[in-house]
Amino acid sequence: MTDTNAKFSCRNVKVHYGDFEALHGIDIDIPDRGVTAFIGPSGCGKSTFLRTFNRMNDTIDGCRVSGKILMDGNDIYNKNLDPVLLRARVGMVFQKPNPFPKSIYDNIAFGPRIHGLTSSKAELDALVEKSLRRAGLWDEVKDRLKLSGTGLSGGQQQRLVIARAIAVSPEVILMDEPASALDPIATAKLEALIEELKERYCIIIVTHSMAQAARVSDKTAFFYMGDLVEYDATEKIFTNPSNNRTQDYITGRTG
Amino acid sequence: MNQITVYMLMLICALVVAGFVYNRSQALTKFRQMRAEAGGKLELSSWHSQASYHGYFTGWLVIFVTFTVFIAGLLLGAQSGGGVIPWVAVMIIAGVGTIFLCGKKISGGFRARTYVERFVHGLLIVLSIIAVLTTLGIILSLLFESLRFFKSVPFMDFLFGFQWSPQTALRADQVGQSGSFGAIPVFAGTFLIMLVAMAIAGPIGLMIAIYLTEYASAGVRKWVKPAIEILAGVPTVVYGFFALLTFAPFVRGFAESFGFSVPTQSALAAGVVMGVMIIPFVSSLSSDVINAVPQTLRDGAFALGATESETMKQVVFTAALPGIIGAFMLAISRAIGETMIVYMAAGKAANLTANPFEAVTTVTVQIVALLTGDSDFDSPKTLVAFALGLVLFVITLLLNVVALTVVRRYRAKY
Repeated sequence: MTDTNAKFSCRNVKVHYGDFEALHGIDIDIPDRGVTAFIGPSGCGKSTFLRTFNRMNDTIDGCRVSGKILMDGNDIYNKNLDPVLLRARVGMVFQKPNPFPKSIYDNIAFGPRIHGLTSSKAELDALVEKSLRRAGLWDEVKDRLKLSGTGLSGGQQQRLVIARAIAVSPEVILMDEPASALDPIATAKLEALIEELKERYCIIIVTHSMAQAARVSDKTAFFYMGDLVEYDATEKIFTNPSNNRTQDYITGRTG
Repeated sequence: MNQITVYMLMLICALVVAGFVYNRSQALTKFRQMRAEAGGKLELSSWHSQASYHGYFTGWLVIFVTFTVFIAGLLLGAQSGGGVIPWVAVMIIAGVGTIFLCGKKISGGFRARTYVERFVHGLLIVLSIIAVLTTLGIILSLLFESLRFFKSVPFMDFLFGFQWSPQTALRADQVGQSGSFGAIPVFAGTFLIMLVAMAIAGPIGLMIAIYLTEYASAGVRKWVKPAIEILAGVPTVVYGFFALLTFAPFVRGFAESFGFSVPTQSALAAGVVMGVMIIPFVSSLSSDVINAVPQTLRDGAFALGATESETMKQVVFTAALPGIIGAFMLAISRAIGETMIVYMAAGKAANLTANPFEAVTTVTVQIVALLTGDSDFDSPKTLVAFALGLVLFVITLLLNVVALTVVRRYRAKY
């Protein structure tokens, strides 16, 4: 019953922090293109679930993941798979913009350099420019590539971080509440960027803003207390949810 | 300080405490009385300061008044003979009078709190000025004593001379050398030992810091970090005899097994042991700054597919670099200022050499040697200690300024 078009197929995924079970067995198929939004109240496990896709939970002490997560049919929790290689293909953008304390150029060049993606300075320059253009930041920073990435505004930093992720040519971009630290104008720019990127990448976004989920996503998954309650086309979730709890959450009665 | 002055100081304390307690209770009584008359509800502006502020106000004034009496008594020589009884009498009258006058002032409109706050404000300013003046005084005394030294030995001969043997004739009829005060061998020895120490402490301390923050489990960290910090708590004289009795003979034996003849006291022995001593300075401070690098930066690097080592070297280390430089600078100034280890293990012969197997001497050792023992305080032999101290002070000051500039320029914002 695995969806052949799925980028990720998850079966009975459980996550434990020590003795605490944060996710109680999630089954979901994430499509290869487009935006999938995870919504739900705080502590429902949506961020935890997001971090299983690039095995970022491995860096947390006492965190265990069980069940199966297939990416293009391959188990990403296979013991022989090095998470370092997985993360080069599954990029991630965090809640708080986290540019490295390096120049804008070096921020973008970091990934290509460690993975040896380019063989010459000119090639690297071109890749940096392409990534910044794709993130819609090139025109704003092209004259100050040598200046520190931490000197940019919050919205610019978040787009810089997206450009940094794009530079290693991932197939998937995970976004963990990427707009929660941004003002409405920066958020609008970020959403426009997501709109463009979804043609090329599989994007999974965790968001607290239901309006944002409704605006940017094609499919929406509603999580509640470590369970996946409902997963459907975004339009269906926001107009005609089939579960009462989803209904209550999107209309603001719980949350 | 004889017994009488001690008793007088105790009397001042008693007067101050009595004034505080008495006038506070006076104020409290008046306040309650006023409140009762107003029917339990006072107007907002009818009582300004809380009772204890009236007490503090009295206390401060009593300190000023009685202390003036105390100083005046000391100056007039009242602490012995027939002056004692009038002194005590004036003190008590002044103290009690002040308490009484302050008690008269207590009323709802008297702004005791404002005055107390001004007193305290002034006190804080005075205390900080004392600290600044002390520093200034030390610098000036170094400077003036050095100038006296430079009257007998030219400045250039001191700073750029290659010969150090500060022995002068003690008596006029003695056949002695005039002494030579070229400081270069002494400073060269200081820097040689500092370099050896940093060559040990720098890499080892940094590696320890990286291991503790990035790789060690919480359990290991809990035990290893305090254990390393104990190294900094060992008295330097213990390091000194460890260097002299254990490590130096080992170095000599090791070198002799290769057919070299080296003295027991050597720059290497002192430097290595000093390096061990300052390892905790480097490791503790560096691990603190590495710890302060936010986890989000590490996550960002991991999410790009960076390995732990790439994350450490290219992201965490660069972010922590200003702090690490600061840790190194602190360790260096500690190494330059250290005396006991080098006094015991490095020797006192002022050899100008870059060979760590030879005995060298350092600025601090020379200062100790020059100022201990019989010597007359006006000879160049003693005064040169001030000049050495001055140059050492200027060097550490420059090091700090350079370090601060570097740190400020490359300060990472995260």
